[in-house]
Amino acid sequence: MAQLYFEQLLNGIQLGMFLFLVSSGLTLIFGFMNVINLAHGSLFMIGAYAIAFLHGVTNSFLLALILSLPVVAIFAWVIEVVIISRLYTRDHLDQVLATFALILFINEGTTMLFGRTPMFLDVPPLLSGMISIFGVVSYPLYRIAIIVAGLAVAFVLWIIIAKTRLGMLIRAGTTNRETVEQLGVNINQLNTIIFVAGAMFAGFAGMLAGPLTSVEVGMGENLLILCFVCIVIGGIGSIRGALLGAITVGVVDTMGRAFVPDLLGKFLEPTAASGISAGLSSMSIYLLMVVVLVVKPTGLFPVVKSH
Amino acid sequence: MKLNIFRLIVGLTLSAIGAGAVLAEDLKIGLITTLSGGGGYLGADVRDGFLLAIKEEGGKLGGKAVEVLVEDDGRKPETGRAIAERFLERDGVEIMTGIIFSNISPVVAPLTLRAGRFYVTPNSAPSQFAGKKCHENYFAVAWQNDTLHESAGLNATSQGYKNAYILAPNYQAGKDSLAGFKRYFDGEIVGEVYTKLGQTDYAAEIAKIRAAKPEMVFHFLPGGMGINFAKQYDQAGMNDEVPLVLAAPSADIKILKAVGASMVGISNSSHWNHDLDNAANKAFIAGFEAAYDRSPTVYASQGYDTAKLIASALSATGGKVTEDMDGFRAAMKAADFDSVRGPFKFNNNHHPIQNWYSRVVVERDGQFVNKITGTIVENHGDAYASQCSM
Repeated sequence: MAQLYFEQLLNGIQLGMFLFLVSSGLTLIFGFMNVINLAHGSLFMIGAYAIAFLHGVTNSFLLALILSLPVVAIFAWVIEVVIISRLYTRDHLDQVLATFALILFINEGTTMLFGRTPMFLDVPPLLSGMISIFGVVSYPLYRIAIIVAGLAVAFVLWIIIAKTRLGMLIRAGTTNRETVEQLGVNINQLNTIIFVAGAMFAGFAGMLAGPLTSVEVGMGENLLILCFVCIVIGGIGSIRGALLGAITVGVVDTMGRAFVPDLLGKFLEPTAASGISAGLSSMSIYLLMVVVLVVKPTGLFPVVKSH
Repeated sequence: MKLNIFRLIVGLTLSAIGAGAVLAEDLKIGLITTLSGGGGYLGADVRDGFLLAIKEEGGKLGGKAVEVLVEDDGRKPETGRAIAERFLERDGVEIMTGIIFSNISPVVAPLTLRAGRFYVTPNSAPSQFAGKKCHENYFAVAWQNDTLHESAGLNATSQGYKNAYILAPNYQAGKDSLAGFKRYFDGEIVGEVYTKLGQTDYAAEIAKIRAAKPEMVFHFLPGGMGINFAKQYDQAGMNDEVPLVLAAPSADIKILKAVGASMVGISNSSHWNHDLDNAANKAFIAGFEAAYDRSPTVYASQGYDTAKLIASALSATGGKVTEDMDGFRAAMKAADFDSVRGPFKFNNNHHPIQNWYSRVVVERDGQFVNKITGTIVENHGDAYASQCSM
């Protein structure tokens, strides 16, 4: 029983780490630049395709991972300069329309380049198999690696935001953008840097996801919806909020899928229980979001705006 | 007055020519299928198999020139409905085909049948249209949804498994699949789980399977979902602990290719395989590989059979569909064509009666393919035929 509970808990945390990697970029872009970027999921997909392709070429997971990062960065830079930069002054609806069009464009482009068949990518032999944690639970090594990677990124982000000049500018910009502009900071350059950085986190998550999931067109969209829930729960513009929101969503979603069906099975007969519980467990995170919004509308760790 | 009569004569002549042109027009076939997302290659293969048959006849089916309108439903019922309405009302489509997923067919099929047109499905065949809601203009060419999984249930029973843990996505075909498996599996069901359609992460479900310790696992997770589950199941070390017994949609060659070596040795069942030894199948595979430079999946074989069936009916009615509905319907029921599966005939509810084969995944020349190991059942009809009043 301990194996089951701990395994599910670890599953939830691992899912949360994935969500954090993608949400951190999303929340920065939304919080700092006030741009809703629906194409963030596409950047996740580009990361996965880049590593799948490069892995096919180089046959080394590590090399493919390192080479994919600049690929995602270049893509993000082009997208930012050509499209996103024109959206800063527009209202949210225009941003939604433009970035949604970007999703369709990127999806079609990927289909034209790689076809409709999902690409093959396997877990690197060094990271495959199971490890035993304190002798209590045995868990796939690769998923542990993802948790570690997510924590490392969280740590790096914390260092940058709390201890560097760039981080200071980011915090200032999310709080009061106009003042930062008036102080003579090159806000356009900052925008590009932040967009590319956010995109790289999403791409990195995509690279990590490649071995575990099907590398297919549209793989980012499902995750993106969950990420919006994460940043709404955590508070928009706040990295701490993204981390907390992501872990909460990851654990609640996993626990919901894991235990709600059994719980309902005690009261209802099997077929009815399975049907209702399937619906309930996929609803659980949205119910959570509603509860958080009712209790704390700006999220759990909101960035306090000073204007 | 003179001018008016002149105009009248010109107008009538032109419309007579126009009417003549309409009569001599190509037969329009609407192919609504899923071409995007994780299920995209299923639709692409059905389409390519269907178009191959037309290409082989030089743009005709059964001697009648056809025009196939292909559109992507994106696995969304609303999109399927919009396309079907446009095909029926604006484009004059006489035969509707192509639907892959069973969340779309319950929307498009009734629409087509109410418009008095034929609906011929190369894939999705949910239970309601095989039983109480069967319709004289509805034909299922591939199988009835449940039978795909009934074959897996029979396969599992014959391999001696006493209990099973089963999963499928929470939609019509998912429910049909588990119902079908349970109908023919003699053992005990240890766990029955419905996942979300399009779900990518199965860690939670795999952990539950590990805790439940069943003898085997059966799942219906077509396309990208199957790839995700297979990869994660292997990563969790479960392939060595609990074997999988699958049905064709969870083990098509694209899934095998995307997942890789961990699928070798997995037992599954299907109504068709590359190594079926008949002339039609050999010709189909050779033609498909020459035309598209890739190996056909089972979905391509279904698209091809659908086109060949329609061709046989068109050849019998001299190219008429809507002008000779009774004749076309009778010719379709007769199913006088060489299926790539070998023996093929329709049941009273217009669903196939066919053989089911057990297969195992092997590696051959660096590729992962299925090899037939035996026949599970012959001339198997579906469970809903008796509920159909036809």
